[in-house]
Amino acid sequence: MREGSLKLRPYLDEVGVMIGLEIHVQLNKLNTKIFCGCPLDYHDDEPNTHTCPVCLGLPGSLPVINRKSVEYSIKVGLALNCTIEEHTQFYRKNYYYPDLPKGFQITQYDYPIASNGYINIEGEDGEIRIRINRAHMEEDPGRLVHEGGSIERSKHTLIDYNRSGVALLEIVTEPDIRSPKEARRFLDKLRNILGYLDVVDTTLEGSMRVDANISLSGGSRSEVKNISSHKGAERALLFEIVRQKNLLRRGGKVVQETRHFDEARGVTVSLRTKEEAHDYRYFPEADLGPIKVADWAPGIKATLPELPDARRERFVSLYGITDDHAKSLTSEKQVADFYEEVVIKCSNYYKPDESIDDYIQLDIAHFAAVWIADELKGQLNFRNLNIDSFKVKDMVSLIKLIHENKITEQSGKEVIRTILDDGGSPDEVVAAKGLLKAGGDIVTTAVKEVIAENPQAVEDYRSGKQEAVNFLMGQVMKKTRGRAGAKEVREMIIQRI
Amino acid sequence: MITVSQTLEAIKDSSAEEVVSQCIERIENSKFNTFITVAKDSAPEAARKAEGHTGPLAGVPIAIKDNISTRGIQTTCASKILGGYVPPYDAHVIERLKAAGAIIVGKVNMDEFAMGTSTESSYYGPTLNPWDPERVPGGSSGGSAATVAAGEVPLSLGSDTGGSVRCPASFCGVVGLKPTYGVISRYGLISYANSLEQIGPIASNVGDMTLLFNVIAGHDPRDSTSVAGEKDYTKALVNDVKGLTIGVPKEYFGEGIDQAVEKSVWDGVHRLEDLGASWQEVEMPHTKYALAAYYVIAMSEASSNLARFDGMRYGLRLEKDHDWHTTYSEIRAQGFGEEVKRRILLGTYALSAGYMDKYYIKALKVRTLIRQDFERALKDTDVLIAPTMPTPAFKLSEKISDPLTLYMADVNTVPINLAGVPSVSLPCGFSDGLPIGLQIMGKHFDEETVIRTAYTFEQNTDFHTKAPEVV
Amino acid sequence: MITTKDVEHIGWLARLKIEEEQLEGYAGQMNSVLDYFGQLDEVDTEGVEPTYHVLEMNNVFRDDEVTDCLTQDEAIGNAPRTQDGYFKAPRII
Ligand SMILES: [Mg+2]
Ligand SMILES: [Zn+2]
Repeated sequence: MREGSLKLRPYLDEVGVMIGLEIHVQLNKLNTKIFCGCPLDYHDDEPNTHTCPVCLGLPGSLPVINRKSVEYSIKVGLALNCTIEEHTQFYRKNYYYPDLPKGFQITQYDYPIASNGYINIEGEDGEIRIRINRAHMEEDPGRLVHEGGSIERSKHTLIDYNRSGVALLEIVTEPDIRSPKEARRFLDKLRNILGYLDVVDTTLEGSMRVDANISLSGGSRSEVKNISSHKGAERALLFEIVRQKNLLRRGGKVVQETRHFDEARGVTVSLRTKEEAHDYRYFPEADLGPIKVADWAPGIKATLPELPDARRERFVSLYGITDDHAKSLTSEKQVADFYEEVVIKCSNYYKPDESIDDYIQLDIAHFAAVWIADELKGQLNFRNLNIDSFKVKDMVSLIKLIHENKITEQSGKEVIRTILDDGGSPDEVVAAKGLLKAGGDIVTTAVKEVIAENPQAVEDYRSGKQEAVNFLMGQVMKKTRGRAGAKEVREMIIQRI
Repeated sequence: MITVSQTLEAIKDSSAEEVVSQCIERIENSKFNTFITVAKDSAPEAARKAEGHTGPLAGVPIAIKDNISTRGIQTTCASKILGGYVPPYDAHVIERLKAAGAIIVGKVNMDEFAMGTSTESSYYGPTLNPWDPERVPGGSSGGSAATVAAGEVPLSLGSDTGGSVRCPASFCGVVGLKPTYGVISRYGLISYANSLEQIGPIASNVGDMTLLFNVIAGHDPRDSTSVAGEKDYTKALVNDVKGLTIGVPKEYFGEGIDQAVEKSVWDGVHRLEDLGASWQEVEMPHTKYALAAYYVIAMSEASSNLARFDGMRYGLRLEKDHDWHTTYSEIRAQGFGEEVKRRILLGTYALSAGYMDKYYIKALKVRTLIRQDFERALKDTDVLIAPTMPTPAFKLSEKISDPLTLYMADVNTVPINLAGVPSVSLPCGFSDGLPIGLQIMGKHFDEETVIRTAYTFEQNTDFHTKAPEVV
Repeated sequence: MITTKDVEHIGWLARLKIEEEQLEGYAGQMNSVLDYFGQLDEVDTEGVEPTYHVLEMNNVFRDDEVTDCLTQDEAIGNAPRTQDGYFKAPRII
């Protein structure tokens, strides 16, 4: 494991890339904004319909802190292995921009709610640690529409304050990231953790927005703003590295500046205005008193859900699946939930009478991992769908069909594709497409074989010894390694002798 | 001047609508430029609806300082930059007044954004002192005090950041209270210096002032600095100061104090002594630094509080747009008056990189020392008494040309805001026909003792019965 | 000592356009006020905590409950320029 930026990998040494990220996370699972009671369900609504004097910054309005926004922030801070400070305080950050209705942003400065944490991510050669400098609470500005397209060419700026005042948690990393790919992995991991905490709906537009600080050894730092997706982050950083590299190679100088990522063109453009002379004049917000949160953290810690890393470890030890499968399955909370439900339902089917701790069948757990992590996830990604598009019930039926050898693996894949594209259940797809294996399945074969191999038992049954059926059933089960339903086998045997 | 009981009598004899209409007529004929906006249509209508209202101020007209948000009535802060702004919401105090049956007859003049001591910096021209129209009414709540002194309305609201209620109360011979920070919700009060200011009631006598205070004080969940709990302050209207200990801080009788003022205030202390109180001198050694500390803090906060005025969502917008930053700079340069710009520049400087510790943080530390001065002085005393203003009202344009000279006039009022304690100013004498004000300061949340002392003083003197001759 | 160049910079920070011919005047006034503020240096504040809030008020919160919004008309009703329900501001750059 790499401790922070201490160990540089060789492939990075040549350019000495240092990337730090600032991620603005919208705590959009709250009902209301951070300092007023305006609701957050504005995404499909007209502009300026979810505002009040407070979030519009009307003269005379005053902020009041949403208690739950503090709790959510502590929750995230703890999940990122941060220290929760004893007392926290809001400050004013004074700057001017049309999306900022008060001419200052209420944010945190000297006493952020959380600091000194880390996230472990997958690096090129094993796990690496990206340190979190701090996480601080602040209010979201409004949304700007640059009329006529890009920020450079537009004639006017239109402002919608529906977003103004949504609670943000700004997560600031140390410059521990060494490549665009690592940046993306970090962001994916962060999104995953946030999903587990149930404080952010990361599918909503603007729920995670990234600013990146990037420098190459020997150059100044540039700050890239307006990155709205993880893929965008990777592209923007790649562009910046190439741009800075070329500049340095030609003997030029990278100037410290703010650049704007133009997502459509995949380029960063300089936002250099006189505004560059930043002097935010941070000072404590007298309209909001200090918050003492020392007593809160232990209680919140106790209610933290199982986080991705812990769940992954549990999946390996409990279900006996590979680490790769466990990683893939836990990289999104919904997928992990889906997997566990499938495993339990399948196990329950095969051994209905056992208690929950005993009945998880390892071969089923493995089987489900393969089909969900490798097959279903691949097909979902290909179609840009999420796990909601496939029903647990259908995966259970499908696994049974394959596990009992009623259909081939090839057919199993076809069933998944068909359900995703056209709908229907596995049974329906199998019937409609005639995917059942020709010449009966292995259960029928096993029954036939057992009857042929045990004439004495057959004879016993025919002469009135009912218990003989049980012996024959046991033999069939042995042959099929339990892949047959008991009732079904019993009927088949009786029918045939 | 008119009292609330006279007004209630008149309503009983005629109607609230009639009383309010007469009030509006007086306002429109005012010779003192007291109002910026008169609620000509909405007030009589509200009065009609208030018929049969049982609230303590049912049908009583009240004037509101133009930095307090009133739904549907233009609110300008006496600034060009807010011309035409009609708030879509009521301040907390306005909600309370309406619930009590009071009728808002309009918005009164003030120093632009409450920055001043004379009401001369208003974009709408200066308000004149009803006792002598060649003199200032004090500020920044000059319109609030002058309209009561002129007998136009019985009640008004002002706001007090560094003396802005007490100074004009003193200059206009009326009663004004700056409550403990947090007692009246600031929700809807357009901020000048938010860590210092409070809305304050103004009336012609202590009883009416207390009645009004009682209506507007109380908890508001929309102001995080609003203190929980309700009290009945009218219970403090008791004519008795026996056993009361008065502290007299000698630092408040310093250089530049008018002799008539000094004598009147001491006479007031002795009058209370006659009535059973005792007094002692107290030391408040950091008083001389209060003015500098106050102005650093107020200007710093103002530079941030006034950043929102950019002409995008409300207020002044110029014909031609340039890029955003240039447009904004031009709107603000044209929309703000000279004093406001000066304070924004100084405040920006005091907060800027490299100067924050020297000015802003240093001032906040001095604020701590001043707060401690009050704690010490009020440990062995119940109230402190001092002149509100070092002199009676000065002449129009006498001080406006030199900012620093004007700032000096606030020397006795600003420490109170730094400490957050309550203070009432009431008339205690006259000098050449101009009223003199005495202020009574108390402990945090001890408005009751302040009110009782003021009430007792008033009941045993006749200064409050004098009114300017308004023809 | 504040120079005219400082005044220009502070004017920019505060988004207040100051005309060339006003710079001198502002510099003079600001210097005399700052000079007066300089007397704060006389006060010994060693070990003194700054007063950020005059009253001790901790942990004042609201519950996460929805309250009424303004209508779009109320929200943009005071704006000098609007377009399709948006506030209309100049271009950024
Ligand atoms: Mg931020
Ligand atoms: Zn709101």
